[in-house]
Amino acid sequence: MLTPLASLRTGLELRLTADARAWLHLALSEAADAGEHDQARGLPPWERHFVTAGRRCHTTQQQQGSSPDPVDAARVLILHAAAPGTDAVVALYRRGSADERRAVLLALPHLDPPPAAGAALGLVEDALRTNDTRLVAAALGPYAAAHLDAHQWRHGILKCLFTGVPLAAVTGLEHRAAGDGELARMLEDYARERTAAGRAVPEDLGHALRLARFDETPARPASPQDRAEGSES
Amino acid sequence: MPSPTRRIFDPHIHMTSRTTDDYAAMYDAGVRALVEPSFWLGQPRTSPASFYDYFDSLLGWEPFRAAQYGIAHHCTLALNPKEANDPRCLPVLDELPRYLLKDGVVAVGEIGYDAMTPAEDTALAAQLELARTHELPALVHTPHRDKAAGLARTLDVLRESGLPPASVALDHLNETTVGPAADSGCWLGFSIYPDTKMDPDRMVRILRVHGTERVLVNSAADWGRSDPLKTAHVADAMLAAGFDEDDVDQVLWRNPVAFYGRSGRLRLDATAPEAQLFEGNSILRGGE
Ligand SMILES: [Zn+2]
Repeated sequence: MLTPLASLRTGLELRLTADARAWLHLALSEAADAGEHDQARGLPPWERHFVTAGRRCHTTQQQQGSSPDPVDAARVLILHAAAPGTDAVVALYRRGSADERRAVLLALPHLDPPPAAGAALGLVEDALRTNDTRLVAAALGPYAAAHLDAHQWRHGILKCLFTGVPLAAVTGLEHRAAGDGELARMLEDYARERTAAGRAVPEDLGHALRLARFDETPARPASPQDRAEGSES
Repeated sequence: MPSPTRRIFDPHIHMTSRTTDDYAAMYDAGVRALVEPSFWLGQPRTSPASFYDYFDSLLGWEPFRAAQYGIAHHCTLALNPKEANDPRCLPVLDELPRYLLKDGVVAVGEIGYDAMTPAEDTALAAQLELARTHELPALVHTPHRDKAAGLARTLDVLRESGLPPASVALDHLNETTVGPAADSGCWLGFSIYPDTKMDPDRMVRILRVHGTERVLVNSAADWGRSDPLKTAHVADAMLAAGFDEDDVDQVLWRNPVAFYGRSGRLRLDATAPEAQLFEGNSILRGGE
């Protein structure tokens, strides 16, 4: 979903109103100064911008509804500029609204320094336990493609099929599903259950099953770098 | 059948306690937006963490559920008066400033009095101050018991708070409290219940006397005996009593939009049955 950050920023700025662009510049410059904030003085300014982005980041009329979501993009850029440590990232997620949590998940592969893997995966797993499809989709982005263990990743795929998240939202599907016999078994069982209940089998299931059985191989092998960049979506 | 142009904004309803059937029936009755105030769950909470989970729900899961039924969901956050009396819950007051910044929060509430204790005095004053500093309106619950005295004391505290009356809604009013409430300049909230507290016909009589300005009508539906379609019933009763569609639209849409709009955070553009990402069946299907 997210192209590298420079083009994400350029694309976002082109879509914003003049006021929103001025806000974004302020937010990013205050985020760049994040290290200088005295915690005793309450929420750092960049965090306030991150939280209130939904009512500041307005797009021009003709840009409404286009993707990627401008508020998500602004939050990812702010978070990247603030370069928070792992504890701060986790706290932001835990005290965040669903929209803020989604932005944290989308930002995970872009953060520098990268968050500690165990803590970041904890956030991905938290999102995968929800039934909010926007969180589930965001959880299965490039970070999960690169780091989530096989068992959890397979359950994530099944959850997408259960909750109606198109598998196109899953980064790295082709490469992680390819030749995954256990995933194939899970998908076949699920298809059988649906059929027994007289219900249609989701179209996406067939696609994933063909990948898992190796009936459909990717056109080219992907390097881990491709996954980390989120080139799938 | 409601007219195809009818739009209803329920300014006070606890959807956490309601089913998806309610969401669907509300949409069919014309409800396109609502505000869910944080309140007591019917069972006392014993720690601030319970509040944070509840706030998460009002800032994530409920808006998600509502959107799947074409309804825009906003919330008000606060420590409610009943639980302001339990010292175990008080630390939530220290975390509220952070939560009150959130995009979906359109007021501080429900605050006010339950049993009119000193602890309730403290929590009410502290949260009115939070409303002032966050530039948010306040949704003030008037007590169900000893209502007239409770309202008088509430009005005293409001005067001291420095919050302009136009930023305050006094809720759960009835025939005996509407007079002093109207004189205060605050918004006038009426909760319509299936029992005797306040019904659609009595609401219409109050509208005849006091007019349609600054009046908010809500169902206050929750886990108790209540009905999420009471707003629509009031609309019907208004038309039957000779009010016109514009009066109905003022009371049931434009007034709540004006009141909560003071927050600058209402987002009503998402109310068309939403083309949101992965519109879904995670709820239609009833969980996993
Ligand atoms: Zn209530």
